[in-house]
Amino acid sequence: MSLVLPPSIADVEQVKSVRTPAHLDYSYTPGKAMSSFLRGLEQKKIIGQKCPQCGKVYVPPRGACPTDGVPTVEEVELPHTGTITTFCVVNVSFYGQGMEIPYVSALVLLDGSDIPLMHLMQEVPYDQVRSGMRVEAVWVPDDELKPTLESIKWFRPNGEPDMDSASMRGNA
Amino acid sequence: MRDVAIVSFAQSKHVRAQTDSNEVEMLMPVVREALDNVGIGMDRVGFTCSGSTDYLSGQAFSFVMTLDSVGPWPPISESHVEMDGAWALYEAWVKLQIGEIDVALIYAYSKSSPGNVREVLTRQLDPYFVAPLWPDTIAMAGLQTRALLDSGTATPADLAAVAATARRNALANPYALLTGDASVEDLLAQPMLADPMHVWDCPPITDGCAAVVIAADDVARELSKNPAWIRGIDHRIESQALGLRDLTTSVSTATAGSKAGVSAGGFDFAELHAPFTAQELIARNSLGLDASVPINPSGGALSANPVMAAGLIRLGEAASRISRGEGNRAIATATSGPCLQQNLVCVLEGSA
Repeated sequence: MSLVLPPSIADVEQVKSVRTPAHLDYSYTPGKAMSSFLRGLEQKKIIGQKCPQCGKVYVPPRGACPTDGVPTVEEVELPHTGTITTFCVVNVSFYGQGMEIPYVSALVLLDGSDIPLMHLMQEVPYDQVRSGMRVEAVWVPDDELKPTLESIKWFRPNGEPDMDSASMRGNA
Repeated sequence: MRDVAIVSFAQSKHVRAQTDSNEVEMLMPVVREALDNVGIGMDRVGFTCSGSTDYLSGQAFSFVMTLDSVGPWPPISESHVEMDGAWALYEAWVKLQIGEIDVALIYAYSKSSPGNVREVLTRQLDPYFVAPLWPDTIAMAGLQTRALLDSGTATPADLAAVAATARRNALANPYALLTGDASVEDLLAQPMLADPMHVWDCPPITDGCAAVVIAADDVARELSKNPAWIRGIDHRIESQALGLRDLTTSVSTATAGSKAGVSAGGFDFAELHAPFTAQELIARNSLGLDASVPINPSGGALSANPVMAAGLIRLGEAASRISRGEGNRAIATATSGPCLQQNLVCVLEGSA
């Protein structure tokens, strides 16, 4: 449909689109449970929380048990070893990725915890990563530790025999 | 229609900034209190519905995480509205009308403190012609207040009286954030924030949450000695284009009120969700409430305004008052959008 403009503006170029950028800033409040987890990472510790009803250990902790809907207050320091429950070979690059593809993003069930943590797998060819593989955390140098999950650089195989997948039932 | 009642209500102590806990940690004790009030666990709850907005937390799907506060695993029947929790209650009320379940839990929450709430709420405006101008909440309310003053329906002293009453009523509300006993003269003597708005025309920026349990028929009678029955509930929406509306009145409030049975009158009090002073007068006029009906005995949104929960709190406050025997018939409203764009009206009654 063509628009007929009054003669006075007939030769003005029509606006066909407009950009309206929006930007909002937020100060994130991690909360009590997550703060404890983040402070732990700064000291090379992985802190989870245990549900007082079902006994499950969650990491990162969010202060509540999603099964029972009750506060999780008891803190549990977890070992730096775990098992890959499932993983994804990333073959597509995207903005802000900062990684050479292909690489592996894995869900790692830390020993003594009941929910897997997502992290990067390195120091192993991507096509050799498998469910049940035993892994350990690789930390940044001590003077670079910060209250962030990036204090763990990545996970790598620790050489132990694979776990039976049945042992991870409910967590994969 | 099944008889459905509000049988339990709980809310947080409202604060300017809840900096030591996240949304789940803030919500969990309140949800627990709402369930404990009527002695039930989640096993009795047939449907859970929540109201919140991702724009305030600055996180996509933030409401999914707060479900942890009710224990959603194994999967529960639940829903969420990107609106005030009063609309979540409406959805739950419809679910109870279907007749498959008897009890529903509703919760609503927000932390306005992580961002600039005045800017954040501009994102709900018409994205082409209005939102790019970033007119904040107080600017929008200023347009409405100016229109009301110019219409001759209200004076600055009327606005100050709304604020003074709200703060004085809030003195008796242990959950309120802003209380005080300033007189109308005291308030009028304060400098303006931006003509025609004073600071006292505006609600305090608030972090907080609330939870409500509703139940049907005999289950409501089992759970509460004096349930607050929902005798009518309706919600209406007006155009997003401010230029198409008369800002001095609220057609959506009047229509929803008419559908909810407000014309029968006989109200002992009203809890009107009106975050700005002029909006309380507009809502009151649109509902045809005369001066004999006390407005906002809780202090209303002018004393605590957790966005997305303040409307649900009006329904909860009204129900609690009825259940305590401090009145038998009340009107409660919730509003959403700029300048009273959308409104929900609920008529509540005790058994007396």
